[in-house]
Parts: sequence; structure tokens; C-alpha cells
Amino acid sequence: MLRFAVRRILLMVPVLFGLSVLLFAWLRALPGDPARALLGEKATPASIAQVNATYGFDQPLLQQYLTYTGRLLHGDFGSSPRTGEPVLGTFLDRFPATVELAVAAMIFAITVGIPVGYFAAKRAGGLLDTIAVSGSLLGVVVPVFVLAYLLKIVFAIGLPGQVFGFSLADLAFLPSSGRQDPRIDATHVTNFYVLDGLLTREWDAAWDALIHLILPAIALGSIPLAIIVRMTRASVIDVLNEDYVRTAAAKGLAPSLITRRHVLRNAMLPVVTVIGLQTGALLSGAVLTESVFAFNGIGSYLFDAISGLDFAVLQGFILFIALVYALVNLVVDLLYGVIDPRLRTK
Amino acid sequence: MTALDPAQSARPASLSALMGDGMSDEQGTSLWRGAFERLSRNPAAIIGTLIVLAFVLVAIFAPLLAPYEPAKSQWIDQVTPSDVPGPSPGHPLGLDPFGSDLLTQLIYGARQSLIIGVVSTAIGLLGGALLGGVAGAFGGRVDTFVMRLVDIMLSIPSLLLAVSVAAVMGPRPGAIMIAIAAAQVPVFARLLRGSMLAQRGQDYVLASFSLGLRRRTVVMSHVVPNSLGPVIVQATLTLATAIIEVAALSYLGLGASDPAIAEWGRMLVKAQDRLQTDPQLMLLPGLCIAVTALGFTLFGEALREALDPKSRR
Repeated sequence: MLRFAVRRILLMVPVLFGLSVLLFAWLRALPGDPARALLGEKATPASIAQVNATYGFDQPLLQQYLTYTGRLLHGDFGSSPRTGEPVLGTFLDRFPATVELAVAAMIFAITVGIPVGYFAAKRAGGLLDTIAVSGSLLGVVVPVFVLAYLLKIVFAIGLPGQVFGFSLADLAFLPSSGRQDPRIDATHVTNFYVLDGLLTREWDAAWDALIHLILPAIALGSIPLAIIVRMTRASVIDVLNEDYVRTAAAKGLAPSLITRRHVLRNAMLPVVTVIGLQTGALLSGAVLTESVFAFNGIGSYLFDAISGLDFAVLQGFILFIALVYALVNLVVDLLYGVIDPRLRTK
Repeated sequence: MTALDPAQSARPASLSALMGDGMSDEQGTSLWRGAFERLSRNPAAIIGTLIVLAFVLVAIFAPLLAPYEPAKSQWIDQVTPSDVPGPSPGHPLGLDPFGSDLLTQLIYGARQSLIIGVVSTAIGLLGGALLGGVAGAFGGRVDTFVMRLVDIMLSIPSLLLAVSVAAVMGPRPGAIMIAIAAAQVPVFARLLRGSMLAQRGQDYVLASFSLGLRRRTVVMSHVVPNSLGPVIVQATLTLATAIIEVAALSYLGLGASDPAIAEWGRMLVKAQDRLQTDPQLMLLPGLCIAVTALGFTLFGEALREALDPKSRR
């Protein structure tokens, strides 16, 4: 297991190295000279000269690359020319919000997706199956931010009109934006607002942070939910047809034991992979969802950076996300080794 | 004697007919013909095909179907900051926030989506086929190098990859297609290489080599045609993703620079501040995107199922 883990970690090195080369090339390929790209429209000759000197854009390419990587390795991702704040610092400030949202979205997707997928597979072709399959198709084809807006208008802002004597505006009981009601004077220890509320025993603060998470988490979790449902369903159907499941039933094992030990354990392998792969999609989906709900994570920060063509932030963000993505996939691979002992020896 | 004749001649005849069928099956038509038969029995595939057909027809015949000229803002004087006129006899779906006919804009939007979807998928497929094909055909170090590159590209979420390419390209026409295509390249590359590798181990490839065929002939006339199935499926599914991603890129402000242009994603973006007063401005283009993407997804998935040898059982 340890060797497996070490080998897997070493495999990350060439990918990260290549990524840094690619990002460096990207920065050089931006329209105009890199200093102008970093500074944006309002660049003056003096500020360009200063950026050129700071970043060494006047030096040979190889040396520039080495300087660039050296800075990255020291945690210096540059600073945003728009706000003047260091990119990494802002990320770290805002990252807890996005993690909180992503975790909530994943919890939603997993706790709904796996049972639905499982029961749909148990009665393949039945009503629940039909609903699950068509619902999961819908989840994939509706653009995330459209769904986010729809949820926001129905459950937070409120539609005019009545249906069957029931006012549609009554459905709007959830907050429409932000992470917490600004009137709540909460103490923030970790910047994970729900966790903060629990740690400091400010229950109302935790509750408020939690209900602020509901709509963004559903919107963000819709795509992973759809994919988890489909994956679980397909995988469970495959496993249910395996000979060992029939054998287990034939020798008289209790159905619950067959489900737990034989069906679920084998069926979960591909599902775990998909969950890992979805994390990257979740982080980029956060860019869209967070901006709809004015949720102050790295997603809305990146949204502003893209609209403001703030390349320093964009570049740092891509590197950061790729790193997180690589780490998550590492964890998934290790988890794979835990679930499936055959993989450890290979 | 004469009584035996028909029976004698009948047997070899039916046998040769059987043989003939079997022969033509092995020449490679059976996979596609069988796939077609399975597709025509699958209701999801039929719905998907109908949606795709309708979408393509609307896109092609947009000038004939649309009641007005697109993106002309002819009725801009009727649009106020708080209100966009709804359905009226002259405008079945009302106006858009720029004072053009909403139905016209939606119809021309189909055209825009089709162009962006097809062109970006074609570029992505070409780029991916080039990378994956080179890796799969040469193997060895070339393969390792190319696939590491693909891994790196895959380590960036596709939307971000598209965003960074769009940022480099700037607001020039076609930028958005190349951005979306760039995000598809690694997917196609990995897919094509994987399916070529799987073919390489097959007996018929070994047989072709033993017959003394040249490497190029084997690759071009045996390996590539047999690897195409999954690629075509992926291309169909990619069309759906491309149409959705255009909307996301528009939302991020990276789409076409003319705000009045008839493009579904752009229309969605322009509808956000009027969500409460005129939700149809967001619902209708959103519905168009979802239905079109649904069509391509249903069709692609059905095709995948139909081409899967396992489903022939």
C-alpha cells in the first residue's frame, strides 16, 4: 500500500512540471507583451517597465521560466493588478467558502445519487428507474447557471401569481445570496461558516450559514448528481448480473448481506472514480454558481478576474485548481487501493 | 433423378446464401447495420434523432422560418428598463431586451449554436485525432510524451481550459469555437489512442501484419475504421457539451462582442437582470439549449449502446 501511494505521488511530479511549462507558455502567449497582459488596459510605460523588471521579462526565456517556477515553489503566485492583493492570499481567504460549497454539493449529490441509482437498478425499467434516468439526463443538459437562476427565482426571490390557490411567493423561503446574514454577528475561526458556528456554539449562525448553502449546493451538485445516478445504476446492474451474486444468493446468504458485501462494494469502484473526476468540474462549476448567488468563494473571485481580464489571478487559479484536482485524484486512487485490494499489487 | 434435382440444388443454394451473408458480415458492415437496426427500435434514439433533425433543419432554414431579420433592434423604442413587451399578434413570443423579435432571435440562435457546435467539435476531433492517432500509431516514447501532454491538459477542468484559451485569443470571431475545441482535444486524443491500442492487440491486426501488409495500410484500413465507433459517439455527446459551454463562456463575458447577436447563451446572460419581470427571456433560450443538448445526448448514448458489442447478445 505504501509503495502504491509513493509511486502514485511520484507520478504527479511530471504532470505538475508540464503544467508549469504550459502556464508559462500561456502567459507569454497572451495578447501584447506579458507585462501589459498582467497590468491590463490601464498600463503606463512606467508600470510596464516596473513589471518587466520585477518579473524579469527582459531576460532570456529559460531564466524567466526558472525564476517563475522558483516563485511558484515559494508560494508567490504574484498579485492582482486590479486589487493589488497577493493572489495566493486571496485564494486562501476565500477557499474555505468554496470548499464548504463543494462539500455540500457533493454530500447532496452522493446521498441522493447513490440510493436513487441503486434502487433504479434494482427495478430497472420500473417507474423509479424511468424517473431517475430522465431526471439525470435533464441534470446534464441544463446549463448550471440557468438552473441556479431558476432555483433562485423560485425559492429565494419568489414568482408572482398563484397555483391552485397557493401563492407561489410562499415558496421563496430561502436566502438569495451571500454566505450568511450580515446582521448575524458571528465569530469566524476557520472561515468554514457552518463549522465556525458549531465550534463557537453559535447555533443560529451555523443554521443561517447552512440555509445559505442549500440553493447553491443543489445547483452546483446537479451535474455530479446526474452522473452519480447514472454511474451507480449502470454499475449495480452489471454487478447484479455477476455469477458470484447468484452464487451468494444460492448458498442462502441474507439479501442485505449480499447487497452490502457483494453488490455495493463491487459496484462502488467506478462510482468512486467518477466522484473524483467530478471534483474538477465542481470547482469550475463553482465559478458560475457562486456568481449567481454572490457567494464569496474563489469561484466568484475568478468570475470577476475573467470579466476584468485579470490574467495574474486566472493563471494562479488554474495552477491552484490543477493542484487541488491532482490531489483529489490522488486520494481517489488511494481509496481505490483500499476498496479493491487487487490494485495494490499491480 | 429429376425429383432429386431441386432438393440437391436447393441445399447448396441456401448454403451459399448463408455463406454470402456471413461473408458480408465479416467485411465490416454488420456492426453498423446492426447498430442501425438497434437504433431504430430504441425510442430514446428516435426522440434524439427527431430533436437533432429539427434543430438542424431550423438552423439551416432560419431565414425562411424566422418572421423578421435577426439582431436588428427594430422595436427598441418599445423596450423600457422595467418592461420588455410580451407576446402580441406581430410577435408570438414578444421582444428581446434589445428590441428584436424573440422568436426570430431564437431561430437564428439555433444556427449560431449549430455552427459553433459543429466547427468546435470538428476542430477538437481533428486535434485530438492527430495527437491520439500519432500516439497510438507510433507507440513507445512518442506515445508516452503525447499522453503526458494530454494528462496535463486533462488536469485543468475543461471550462477553465476554454476560458484560458479564449483569454489568449481575445475578442476575435471564432475565438470561442477554438476555446471550446481546445477543451475537447485531450478527451478525443485519449479516446482515439485507447481504442487504437485495443485494436492493435486484436488477431486480425496480427493477421494483416503476417500477410505482409504495410504498417500504413494496416493502420489506415483496419485499425482506424474499427476505432471510429467510440469517437463518433463522443463527437455526438461533445456537440451537446459544446452548446452548453458556449452559454457558460457567454455568461463569463467571453462570447461574441456584439450584445444583440442571436446566440442562446448571450440571450440568457442579457436576461438575468430582467428575471423577475420577464422570466421568459431566460426560460426560452434555456429551454432551447436544454432540448438541443438533450437531443444530441440521447442520440449519442443510444449510438453508444447500439455499437457496444455486448448489447448484441
